[in-house]
Order: sequence, then C-alpha cells, then structure tokens
Amino acid sequence: MSSVSATIQNVFNEPACPKNAAKSEKERKKGCTKQLQPGGAAGGCAFDGAKIALQPITDVAHLVHGPIACEGNSWDNRGAYSSGSTLYRTGFTTDINETDVVFGGEKRLYKAIKEIIEKYNPPSVFVYQTCVPAMIGDDIDAVCKAATKKFGTPIVPVNSPGFVGPKNLGNKLAGEALLAHVIGTEEPDYTTPYDVNIIGEYNLAGEMWQVEPLLKEIGFRILSCISGDAKYHEVARAHRARATMMVCSKAMINITRKLEDLYGIPYFEGSFYGIGDMSDSIRQLAQLCIDRGAPPEFMDRAEAVIAREEKLAWDEIMSYLPRLKGKKVLLITGGVKSWSVVAALQEVGMEIVGTSVKKSTKEDKERIKELMGEDAHAFDDMSPREMYKMLRDAKADIMLSGGRSQFIALKANMPWLDINQERHHAYSGYKGMVDLVKEIDKALYNPIWNQVRTIAPWSNPADSWQAKADAEAAREAAELAADPAKAEAKRRARKICNCKTIDLGTIEDAILASTLTTVEQVVETTHAGSGCTGCRGKIGDILADLAAKAGGPVVELTPEEAEARRRSKKICNCKEVTLGTIEDVVRAERLTTVAEVTAATDAGSGCTGCCEDIEEILDAIVAPAEELTAIAAE
Amino acid sequence: MAVIQTSNKACTVNPLKMSQPIGGALAFMGIKDSMPLFHGSQGCTSFGLVLFVRHFKEAIPLQTTAMSEVATVLGGYENVEQAIVNISNKQRARLIGICSTGVTETKGDDVDSYIKLVRQQHPELDGISLVYVSTPDFKDSFQDGWEKTVVKIIETLVKAPEPDVVRDPKKLVVLPGCHYTPGDLDELRDIIEGFGFEALFLPDLAASLDGHIPDDFTPTTLGGISLEDIAGLGNASHAIALSPHMLPAAQALEKKAGVPFKLFERMIGLLPTDAFIKHLMEISGRDVPVKFKRQRSQLVDAMLDGHFHTGGKKIAVGLEPDFLMDLSSFLVDMGCHISVAVSTNAQPVLEKVPTESVLIGDLEDLERMAPGCDLLITHAHGRQASERLHIPLYRMFLPIFDRLGAGHITTVGYRGARDRIFEIANTFIANSHVAKPDTWYPHPGEETAHGVHSTAH
Repeated sequence: MSSVSATIQNVFNEPACPKNAAKSEKERKKGCTKQLQPGGAAGGCAFDGAKIALQPITDVAHLVHGPIACEGNSWDNRGAYSSGSTLYRTGFTTDINETDVVFGGEKRLYKAIKEIIEKYNPPSVFVYQTCVPAMIGDDIDAVCKAATKKFGTPIVPVNSPGFVGPKNLGNKLAGEALLAHVIGTEEPDYTTPYDVNIIGEYNLAGEMWQVEPLLKEIGFRILSCISGDAKYHEVARAHRARATMMVCSKAMINITRKLEDLYGIPYFEGSFYGIGDMSDSIRQLAQLCIDRGAPPEFMDRAEAVIAREEKLAWDEIMSYLPRLKGKKVLLITGGVKSWSVVAALQEVGMEIVGTSVKKSTKEDKERIKELMGEDAHAFDDMSPREMYKMLRDAKADIMLSGGRSQFIALKANMPWLDINQERHHAYSGYKGMVDLVKEIDKALYNPIWNQVRTIAPWSNPADSWQAKADAEAAREAAELAADPAKAEAKRRARKICNCKTIDLGTIEDAILASTLTTVEQVVETTHAGSGCTGCRGKIGDILADLAAKAGGPVVELTPEEAEARRRSKKICNCKEVTLGTIEDVVRAERLTTVAEVTAATDAGSGCTGCCEDIEEILDAIVAPAEELTAIAAE
Repeated sequence: MAVIQTSNKACTVNPLKMSQPIGGALAFMGIKDSMPLFHGSQGCTSFGLVLFVRHFKEAIPLQTTAMSEVATVLGGYENVEQAIVNISNKQRARLIGICSTGVTETKGDDVDSYIKLVRQQHPELDGISLVYVSTPDFKDSFQDGWEKTVVKIIETLVKAPEPDVVRDPKKLVVLPGCHYTPGDLDELRDIIEGFGFEALFLPDLAASLDGHIPDDFTPTTLGGISLEDIAGLGNASHAIALSPHMLPAAQALEKKAGVPFKLFERMIGLLPTDAFIKHLMEISGRDVPVKFKRQRSQLVDAMLDGHFHTGGKKIAVGLEPDFLMDLSSFLVDMGCHISVAVSTNAQPVLEKVPTESVLIGDLEDLERMAPGCDLLITHAHGRQASERLHIPLYRMFLPIFDRLGAGHITTVGYRGARDRIFEIANTFIANSHVAKPDTWYPHPGEETAHGVHSTAH
C-alpha cells in the first residue's frame, strides 16, 4: 500500500466523525467519499481541496508540482486575506513538460525548491503533488526530505493528487500533511492558559478580523489559526494550545481530533456566523480554557465583551426594523450561513417563508444541517419551474440564496442576495451579521428590481416565462385530476414489503377484512414485515391512514404538519433515511436511478428492501417532468 | 424634487462651467463644410480650440475675428467682414457660424446688422451661409450656447416646405443635446435605422468628430450634416429632441416646417431606452430587430450583476444641467445615492435631479462636499479633487483631456447603459476597500490582553 492510499485510509477512519462512527467496519473501509459520477460530477479535486486548506498560510511558498493546468489555471483566485506576507498569493509551479513526464520530474522539483529559497527565503515551502507526477512516480516525499536537509528549510510534501478524490478529501489530506510535517516541530517562546487554536477558518474576505480582535480583548491568545492569515511558525506551535475551536466544518476534523489524541488539547465545534453562535463559541472556548486552568473570572471577561457586542449589534440591526419589518424572506440554500442569519432576520421582523427553516432553535439548525449538508445546494438545483412555483406561492419579498444569480432573480421577479458570497463580503461575528442585514436592506430596496421586471416594449405579457410556467402547472394538475381510477390502482400497487413482495392494496384489504389494529397483527396476517422488518414503519402509517379514513381518531394536521409528516416517513429503515431526504437529493442532484440515490443517501444499502420505494419516489419526481417535456415538445 | 441653490462665493475655484460660445462652436462643428467663428479676441478662440483639441485629439476648425483693443472700442464690423471674406475664400467654408463673446457683447456689436451689411457689400458671397448666435460668455453656459445655436441654425437654414408638401415617411430628424458623444450618435443612428428610418442628426458630430482619418486635408469640418440636408429637413415626418434643452430647437422646427416632434428628457438606462424604442415602434409600425432584444437582455443582466456594486454607493456629480439630470437618474436607478450635485446654470430641469439639492457652483464646491462619497463624476478637471480626496473619478462629458476615446464613450441605448454599468461598477470594484485586520475593530484591546497574561502567570 502506497503512502497516499495509507493516508487516505487513515483519514477515512475518523472516529470523531459521527457519520463515520455510525458505519459498520466494512463500510468504513469503503470510505466516506462517494464515487464521482462521470458526466455528473461538480466541484474541485483533492489537490484543489488541499491547496484551499493550506494556502491561507501566508508566509509559505506554495509550490505546485505538476503541469501548468493545476496552478496556471487557478492561481490567486482565493479570497483569503493576509495581514502580512503576500507570498501565499504568488503562484509557484514546476510546470512540468513532456521530457519531465518521460524522465521524471523530481530534479525539476528540487531545482524549483532551490530557486524559491534563493529568491524568497520563506520559512517553509509546501510542495503539492498532482496527478501527473503521481502517475509517473515522482516521490515528492523523498525530494522534500532531501531538500529540507540540504537547504535547512522545512519543505513540506502535501500528497493530495487530484484523482484520489474530491475537494473534501483534499482538505483532510492537507491536515495530515500539517500533522506529519509541521505541527509540533517548533515550541512557542512562552505559553499562557489562554492559548487557543482556531481550526477550519480561512479568513475569507477578512472574516477572522471580525472575530480575532474580540478574542484578543477578552484575553485569548490565538496561538494558531489553521489556516486563515496564519504564519508557518504559528502552525508549527499549534500543539501547545490549551483548547481548539473547530469552525463549523468537518473539513479539518482530523487535525482537531489528533491534536486532542496526541497533545491532549480538547476541542469543540462552533461557528462565528450569527450572533447567538458567535457568543456561544466564545463561551465554549473560554470554558475549555477555564477547564484547563484559566481562572473562572475569565468567563466574566468573556461575558462582558459578549454583552457589549451583542447590544451594539442588536441596536444596529434594530435600526433596520422599520424598513425590514414584515418583509418575507425566502431562504434557498443549505449554505453555512442560512440558518445563522435566521435569528437576525426574525429579530428585525422579517418573516421566513418557503423553506424548512422556521425557527432558530438548535434542534432546527441541526435538522437543516442534517437535511441539507454542509455545502448542499439542494434548492439551487431545483428545476426552474419548481423554483418559480415555490417563489410565486411564497409571495416573498426577497430571496437569499447562493449562486445562479441572474437566472433566479429574473425568473423569480424578486430582489435577491447571494449570502454565500463570503469571498467578497465578510459576514462573521457581530459586525458581520450587521453587515449582512445591511446588505439585505440594500438589495431589498435597490430600485433595479422594478426596472428589470418591466416587460420589454415588444413583448406580450402572455408570452412571458412566468405565464408559460403557470399554464404548465395547471396542465399538470388537470392531468392528475382526470384519471382517479388509474391513480388509485397505482397507489394500491405500491410495494410495501419487498422481502415478501406484498403491495399496499393487499395490506389494506387484509386490515379492512380482519379489522387489524396493530403492526404485529398485520405482520402475522400478511407476512409483510416478517423479513427484514424494514417496512414495519410503513405498515404503521397504513394503519393510521385507514383508521383516519374510517373515522377513527382523526388528528387535524396543518398542511405544513402533513407535509412534514409525509417527509419524515422513513423509507430506509436500515440506514434511517427519510422520504424528505431522498426527495431532496433526487431533485437537487437530478438523480434518475436507485443506485445513484443509494450512493447519495445510503438508503437501500442495507437490506435493499426499500429499493423499490426509492424507484417509486424517483418515478414520482422524474416521470411528470419527462411527460411535461414530451408535451411541450409536441 | 431637488432645491436649486446658488453658491454665494465671489470667487469661483476650479471651474466646472465652460462658456456659451464654445457650446455654440461645437454645434456648428456638426455641420459639413462649416467654420465656427468667434467674434471676439484671439484668446477666446484659442482657449476653446485647445479644449476641443485636447478632448477629441483632432484638428478643430475654429476661427476668430481677432478683435484688437482699438477694434473693440470702435466696433467690430471690419473684423467680422474680413473674417467672413477670408474664411470664404481661403477655407472654402460653406457655412460660417458666428458666436459672439464677452468682449463684443459688452461693447454691444450689432452682428445681425453687420451681416446684413456684409451681404450688401459682398454679393459674391451669396452662396455662403451665415448664422449668427448671441452667446455672451458672461451669461449661461456651454449647454445654453449649444441650444441657442441649434435653434438659430433651424431658423436660418431650414427651408419652410410648401403647404402641400408630401412628407417623407422615412425621414426622421434627431436633435441631440450637447452632451451626446459621436459614439452616442452612432448608437442612436444604428437603433433608428433598425426601424427603417433615415436619421438626420442636427448637429451631427458623429460624422465630424468621431476621429476618423480624412481622405484629404480640410480646413473646415470633416463631416456632419450637409447644408442641403438641413435645408430639406422641413419635409421630414418626425422629429426627436433628445434632452430638455433641445425643446426650443424642436419647437422652432415645428414652427417653421410643421414637423411633429417628441421630446425625450431622459435617454440613459433601461426604461428610458424602452420608451425610446417604443416610440420608434409606434411611428415606424415595425417590429424590433432581434439585436435590440438581445441587447436589452444584456442590459438587464448587467443591471443584476452591477447592482451589488452600485447599490448604496454615494456619488458626487458635477455636470451641465440636462446631463446631470439624466445621468443622476440612471445612477439612482442602479441604487446609488446622489450625495453631491453641482451644475453650471440654474435650469428648471435641475429640480428633477434625484437628490435633495443641486448647487450652482464649481469643482471646489464639489470637492468640499464630496468627502465620504464613493465616486466623483465630472469632467477631467475633477482629477485634482479625486487625488486629494482619494475618491476615484469617473470622467464624463467634456473636456476629457487625460484619457483617450472620449468621443466614443456611449451612454445611450441598451448597449451604452450596459457598458456604463460595467465601467462604473468596475471602478467601485477596483477601489473597493479591502478588509484589514483593524477594519472592524480599530486598535483592539491589546494592552488589556497583556494584563490578563501577566496576572495569569
């Protein structure tokens, strides 16, 4: 086993990852990265991920060993800010050529390192492996080792060639490189009980500077921030911190956890987005320091700053109340910030409509995180027609989302703000949240919206995109209403128990014929649910439905509750995957096969009993869309 | 509605305003075979000449009656006569456009009478058109000089059509205001011709000062609307006046030749362009060419892309009244705030500038009020204020002597608005404040932090 694959295996076996911990030994070995789908993959490669994670270390020369594509096409396109050195923004690459591919690029790499040290004399050079040199067998570890010895400057190999996996894996491989070659190689001049690490914060658009001054004021010393605005020597001393905050991301969980394992540094996961989260994070960080020997009064200092900053922020946010009160917001993204801003928006009287974020309790946040993932763009990938319908029905005043700007704004006919544009705007901490509210206000009241909504002088309103979408929606509803017999037959034919191949109609008939009332009775009578037992939840639902129909205890549900109940139905009992989760993924990623759904959600990877249910979910989502396309084509 | 305020300063510092005669001269430069002539001292002409040369980077036809001290006292008839004779003979001009200046207006030269006398004395010059405009330097400004000149050209040179004239349905007269560049006129011509019209611009700077390489050396204007075309404007079916200050010219044409007109007060931006296109659709009965549909879509996209950067920006604008109104409205449409508006002459149109007050003042006033703004928009003389205030300058109108291509800056049409949005947004992007460690919390409590450390040890 080569060293890269060993590292990857090591990364996959991450005990601190709850998702991973829930897996069986066998699955864990398969890794947490799903197979990329040719023709359907998006996002960066492992090299990209490693580079993103480490490049914010500002005084290091980041040397990319590979053909020009890897660095030449991507350099200096990150918004990580520096308070000092700008060396990190200089593009260094070995730009290997055909001869190197044939004879090996190690010599060129060595020379490149030599040149960088002669010209720039950085505290360290990070050497990034890419696909081509990995394929031809360039041993960058050996070159780095030799160069370190020769030049007396630590040369760090980052072994994360693109093809080993996606960006996310690259983040972790970058972490491994720091653990193996940087962290713990130097000692700080002195330590304090207030020394902390911030891990997973990249100082995009200077976001760290919305936080750092407050931490300093309270008395924390940020021993090391990995990797936003970091310096090499700081990272090398990270192992002497008293506590670590892992910033709201699993990207660098391996560093965090290994700092705990190897050096006994406790950590917590927190976020700087949102006023509540910011305050919570400060408190938790302070508490960890106190737990490890800082005086308890330290918390008072933290609370004083929190109280002051919260008041300032709320006062400023409240000044927007008259302008924003009563405005309806549609939150269309799973981006990190979506749920963080909810509290602020609600505080200025804005109403959140049309998304699953209804309240801002911790549980809700967890639920959204669970539902949409860290960087899911579930709704971004909705079909335009669905999107339009949602927006029209929600009657929102502004939409907050990530990406796909012009399109959505135009189709939706509403003001729009990209709240995931963290590369341009810093929305961290207290001031960042105020800035975000300010930006929302600016977008909402920008006069362009009335202008772009006007119909061109030559256009007929009936030909508009919106009118067509409305007509299509009406046609779809009419089709469904037209043939109730067919709909009923289809409904009854739905397979409930896969092990014993028993459909809904059979179970319903049995329940009605023998007046069954419990799941156990149904199992006994029909044998449905006697195999893998995966469908027993569904049988419970059927019983409840029939009882309701028969005039039994009817519980009045609001449409939202009904929808929530429908969505919360467990489809895959083995992996505990709900209908809602599957529907969202299918829509978001435009999945068409059960295998894709299984790859994306794990549903159906256990007893496979729910595969046909997944098929039906797919049919329900995919087929109408196809029919409509066909109709439109006629 | 903006309140128009007048500066009560005795001393104008860093002027925004340019004088009337050069506005008049520029209007004459949009006519073929023409030679503008300032009735005044040599310097009046030379300053105007240099201003135009530096702006357009072209040879500029502009002559002077070269009034001496003695001539000024005794009256300038001889100078006017000699100038007309010389220009006719030497430069072969077919139109001599005479603008008075401060000197000759103060003296009270009756140039209208002079011209009558010249006509009597020089029958050999009957083929030469003479147009005189009274444009005292000490009154009004650039825009007014242009306005008066176009009115006078129409009154003097357009032939009144026969009562039973059959109007040419394809003939459309465009009367552009003084701030439309050759690039603007080209764009407008392109749009108007798209509806099957023949567009006749009066004046037509696009044909004279668009920076083309002439085939031959010409001491007069290199191009422009011909005298024959001007004479024949009377049988046009439609006229379009662009900017409020062209209303008198449109009215003059209507009065003289019965050509119906429509005035467009605003020309910059999506809705003004929509209105313009709609009018062309109506009077032509034609559908819109596909390219304009695409261009509109591009503009809408530019607005969506641009509004992030333009929204909430504070701008200080110093321009002639009509351009100030149009451009400011466009910027406000993009979410900007007009924090400072300075103009040259108290025209009623200034009440329509979307801001609280417009000051009739100079660039010193603009500079004094501009701190805190994100952008200055005025002519190139705003550069000093820009340097001192560290606020970027977006150069508009004229003179723009320190940049190339001033004649081609296009603001009208969907394309013009699109490009302006990109340029202005890019200016904001280029000058955006990059966050620094102390951006949000200047000088954080470093000392208190150390205090904690020491107690902990």
